Amino acid sequence: MEHPDWLWRTPEPKKSYDVVIVGAGGHGLATAYYLARNHGITNVAVLEKGWLAGGNMARNTTIIRSNYLWDESAGIYEHSLKLWEGLREDLEYDFLFSQRGVLNLAHTSQDVREGTRRVHANRLNGIDGEWLTPDELVEVCPIVNTSPDVRYPVLGGTWQPRAGIAKHDYVAWAFARKADRYGVDLIQGCEVTGFITDGNRVTGVETNRGPIHAGRIGLAAAGHTSVLTSTLGVRLPLQSHPLQALVSELLEPVHPTVVMSNHVHVYVSQAHKGELVMGAGIDSYNSYGQRGSVHVIEQQMAAALELFPIFAHAHLIRTWGGIVDVTPDASPIIGRTPVENLFVNCGWGTGGFKATPGVGWVFAHTLAHGEPHELNRPFTLERFTTGALIDEHGAAAVAH
Amino acid sequence: MLLISCPWCGEREETEFHYGGQAFVAYPADPESLSDEEWAQYVFFRDNPKGDFAERWVHSAGCRRWFNTVRNTVTSEFQS
Ligand SMILES: Cc1cc2nc3c(=O)[nH]c(=O)nc-3n(C[C@H](O)[C@H](O)[C@H](O)COP(=O)(O)OP(=O)(O)OC[C@H]3O[C@@H](n4cnc5c(N)ncnc54)[C@H](O)[C@@H]3O)c2cc1C
Ligand SMILES: [Zn+2]
Repeated sequence: MEHPDWLWRTPEPKKSYDVVIVGAGGHGLATAYYLARNHGITNVAVLEKGWLAGGNMARNTTIIRSNYLWDESAGIYEHSLKLWEGLREDLEYDFLFSQRGVLNLAHTSQDVREGTRRVHANRLNGIDGEWLTPDELVEVCPIVNTSPDVRYPVLGGTWQPRAGIAKHDYVAWAFARKADRYGVDLIQGCEVTGFITDGNRVTGVETNRGPIHAGRIGLAAAGHTSVLTSTLGVRLPLQSHPLQALVSELLEPVHPTVVMSNHVHVYVSQAHKGELVMGAGIDSYNSYGQRGSVHVIEQQMAAALELFPIFAHAHLIRTWGGIVDVTPDASPIIGRTPVENLFVNCGWGTGGFKATPGVGWVFAHTLAHGEPHELNRPFTLERFTTGALIDEHGAAAVAH
Repeated sequence: MLLISCPWCGEREETEFHYGGQAFVAYPADPESLSDEEWAQYVFFRDNPKGDFAERWVHSAGCRRWFNTVRNTVTSEFQS
């Protein structure tokens, strides 16, 4: 049998590029695509130490939503969701984007206050959202257990109908294919080990395949960002933790939407093929081990079974972990660093998949102009000094 | 699950402990003289190495005492 056409070339790295992006996850690939599409900058390389989109991009539970609390977050996440809504046509590739909605459950009076406040905030920002009572939410998702006789009864939930899921690998391939067509070099098996500097300025990267010069460098290395910046003596407010997910065997369709619960820490949807996709929490300690602990999965399964008694029949097939970079305010850092020509996109922690097109758009703008786009201007590193934090712990308390 | 050695109780399961992050982050000796940048470093910035990390744990479900240890963040091995 003949091999199908490759979606991108496998080029040798050139000596120099206008922009080098470190990390070929969804964020790095989307950034390269929008650099070419929106700014006409095509002399670009994306360097990936492993294989294309083999990091968190391949490991996440693919939940897409924009129902965060603060205006700054509404700006960037809703921009991203709007891009998702037209992305299939733009990339000319079907990645199974399904707007099946997301329910965020409330189990305590504090959850109810947080949820209703967030729905109001969303609506003021033009983002779809509704508060549902337990009776209303079983109409959306009949398999949720709303019995009062459980440890944490469901008291209601927020509902964002435009939220959903997509097939993560296809999303990465779709961006990679288009970026490649524009002439962007996607270079796998190329690990950045340090930077070439001239005073307080980066002028290139050291890699296992030799030095590569660059006008500007953008880091999109997720959980490994601190490892890179530490070679320049730059500390970031990031801590890297393992985050796990798991899938069941293929089942008949039983679960029509996405359900998340901060309080008991479950988030679950059913993939197109039929497996139940569930996410667990982060391990408490810093780690780059790319594997999490069994007790975290046990806790997650206990909560899932109480919420969805029907899942007791399912078998767990596979678990895995990724390394996520968590910030103190559960919001990302996108912008300049203290080093000239070095830019970061990091700190997406447990929830950056949904932002893939949106962040690609604004990070490309930042790299093209040397300054942030309106939408990522609030997400600077300086906010930890000025105190202008964007505290999204309410909307992001469950890893997703 | 990690097996963690409490200096007072010996080896116990990780679920008996809580994590305290980087060790030896001392409260500023002269807080009034700190600049905003220095406060930011103290409050929000921590090392995040891939390798050995000096960190704190508290044996919350045991003797409830804090202690420092060094753990490798790739292999999870503790230095004894
Ligand atoms: C289990 C799990 C579930 C999740 N669920 C969701 C969810 O439901 N919804 C959601 O929105 N988000 C979710 N996330 C978070 C989301 O996956 C991440 O925020 C997002 O993928 C990060 O951006 P990325 O895709 O570019 O990262 P990655 O795919 O991790 O890309 C970073 C790349 O950089 C490369 N790299 C690192 N260091 C170097 C170096 N020195 N040289 C060269 N390359 C390097 C890595 O190999 C990697 O490929 C989840 C994450 C996990 C782990
Ligand atoms: Zn003890």
